Amino acid sequence: MKRKDTSDILFRRVLVIFPCLILLIMGGIFLKLTVSSLLSIKKFGMVFLFTRTWDPVFENFGALPFIYGTLVSSLIALLIAIPIGVGTAIYLAEYAAQGVCKIVSSLVDLLAAIPSVIYGLWGIFVLVPLMRSQVQPFLGKYLGFLPFFHGPNYGVGMLSAGVILSIMIVPFIISVSREVILAVPSVYKEAAYAVGATRWEAVSTVILNYGKPGIMGGIILALGRAIGETMAVTMIIGNNVTISASLFSPGYTLASVIANEFAEAASNIYLSALIEIGLVLFLVSIMVNILARLLIWSVSAKQSTGMKAYS
Amino acid sequence: MQKKIITFIMAMTIVGVAYATPVLINGAGATFPYPIYSKWFDVYSSVHPERHFNYQSIGSGGGIKQITAKTVDFGASDGPMTADQLAEAPGRIFHIPMVMGAVAVTYNLPGIEKGLKLSGDILANIFLGKITKWDDVRIASLNAGVKLPAQDIVVVHRSDGSGTSFIFTDYLSSVSGEWKSKVGKATSVNWPIGLGGKGNEGVAGFVKQTEGSIGYVELSYAIKNDLAYAYLENKSGKFIEPTLESTSKAADRVAIPEDFRVSIVNSPNPAAYPISGFTWLLIYKNMDNSVKGKAIVEFIQWAIHDGQKYTADILYAPLPPEVVKMIEGKLLEVKY
Repeated sequence: MKRKDTSDILFRRVLVIFPCLILLIMGGIFLKLTVSSLLSIKKFGMVFLFTRTWDPVFENFGALPFIYGTLVSSLIALLIAIPIGVGTAIYLAEYAAQGVCKIVSSLVDLLAAIPSVIYGLWGIFVLVPLMRSQVQPFLGKYLGFLPFFHGPNYGVGMLSAGVILSIMIVPFIISVSREVILAVPSVYKEAAYAVGATRWEAVSTVILNYGKPGIMGGIILALGRAIGETMAVTMIIGNNVTISASLFSPGYTLASVIANEFAEAASNIYLSALIEIGLVLFLVSIMVNILARLLIWSVSAKQSTGMKAYS
Repeated sequence: MQKKIITFIMAMTIVGVAYATPVLINGAGATFPYPIYSKWFDVYSSVHPERHFNYQSIGSGGGIKQITAKTVDFGASDGPMTADQLAEAPGRIFHIPMVMGAVAVTYNLPGIEKGLKLSGDILANIFLGKITKWDDVRIASLNAGVKLPAQDIVVVHRSDGSGTSFIFTDYLSSVSGEWKSKVGKATSVNWPIGLGGKGNEGVAGFVKQTEGSIGYVELSYAIKNDLAYAYLENKSGKFIEPTLESTSKAADRVAIPEDFRVSIVNSPNPAAYPISGFTWLLIYKNMDNSVKGKAIVEFIQWAIHDGQKYTADILYAPLPPEVVKMIEGKLLEVKY
């Protein structure tokens, strides 16, 4: 049996330190958040997650409107960004000429690099007036029978926040999906064409199926950014502590309330409640990621059994 | 003899070094007075180059926390510390008013410039959501001859905690019992209705873009950006335009307690603008470091006299003379 070199053993030991560091940091964050929110947890208990008021004067705090706002704005962002993102990725990988693919990919990466505050400013000066004067009245007129498009139209609100989030997360979906589609082995594509599939059939039956786990990974990455996004959302969402079915109404997210109120929070219970909101955000992100991971595993499991059936 | 000369030379070097090495004084707190504090520190450092003041505008809450923890040499706040907060501090803290500020009520009504007359009661009802249309008879009765549109009032307030919100909600609490019991006064409150904008810029931005909206911003911001603001009815029934002079009047010939922890909204002075407030510096009565303590006290002496002439350019209201005299007396109690 070959004896391992000491440099190999050393290299492996040093490498192990890095994942341990990541685990330590995550554990440390969780611990610190929990310890600092103990005051609020003791006072409000589990009811905190279901209370709808946020009153710093009478010290009655609840996280429900913020959880609702975070999840709904992220959901809207995904609903808009997934078709656009995956569609763009398919076009770039399968249909576009090499030159076009390179240029558009670089532009997409640039889009991801724009700071959040710039998106917020653009949103206030361009998107919000557009939503207020064109898009939302249009939706209200033709789809007003749905509970989603009721109520006064301010321009700022859940829908606008969702749109701006979708613009911010689309680059992640495009980049990852494009890589995944390009990585599909040619064998599968050739097999599909060999049995007479059209371009569209090859893409939808073979490539997307093979790339599903990878594309979903990209979507989770995008969702992670959407849930935690602070500055752009807080400038566009209207910052109103309400829960409303209408997408025209303003809302509030977990990250926004922390960003807005942390600096001036003076009393201990107020601070503790804000840190508990941070803890809730942390846990919501983790839970969403776990759910998405489970989804990916189930899809890959089905996929590998499916592949086995062919061989 | 030689020993005496040596000790003399050593004493002189120590004293010389103490004067030559710059004294660094750290402060933190309110964002509202940051522009005037920056100007003062800049001008003061040319008068006393060995004294460096460093100020971080982290918010009034942060200022109170940091001075209580003694991580800074002085704090700054737009709202006075509560009795609980004062009890938590390891020593007695003095509130020293430095400048005054006002909150202007700005609106977006096409064709109507600044000067819409509003009363405290109407304002409270608008922000409570009880007056919902601009052509409500209560607003129209104060503004004969002004064509008010039959539009919904869109309320805009601050989403972030701020001293401006503190002064504004303090005023609403003093003119409306319902506001006081339902909402209260603080840097952050549970607003019954309205959109939240981040910072003065956020509120002004929403108001500018949304027809029929009403919001509140710092007076200096409103003047600099040429916003339309309302003339508010003060305690004596007069409708006062928010200006630097009417702001200073709110503390002029008005009873001020000796600890300066007073709210001067709805001031009894007949020429006063009703939504005015002090901004305070928070210092300990017994300073730990005598060099820094001396520097801080002398800076405050300079700021309440010479410093006040810089306030007009940056659109802050100067302190009235009696308040300055009271502060001088208070500063004598500081031990360093």
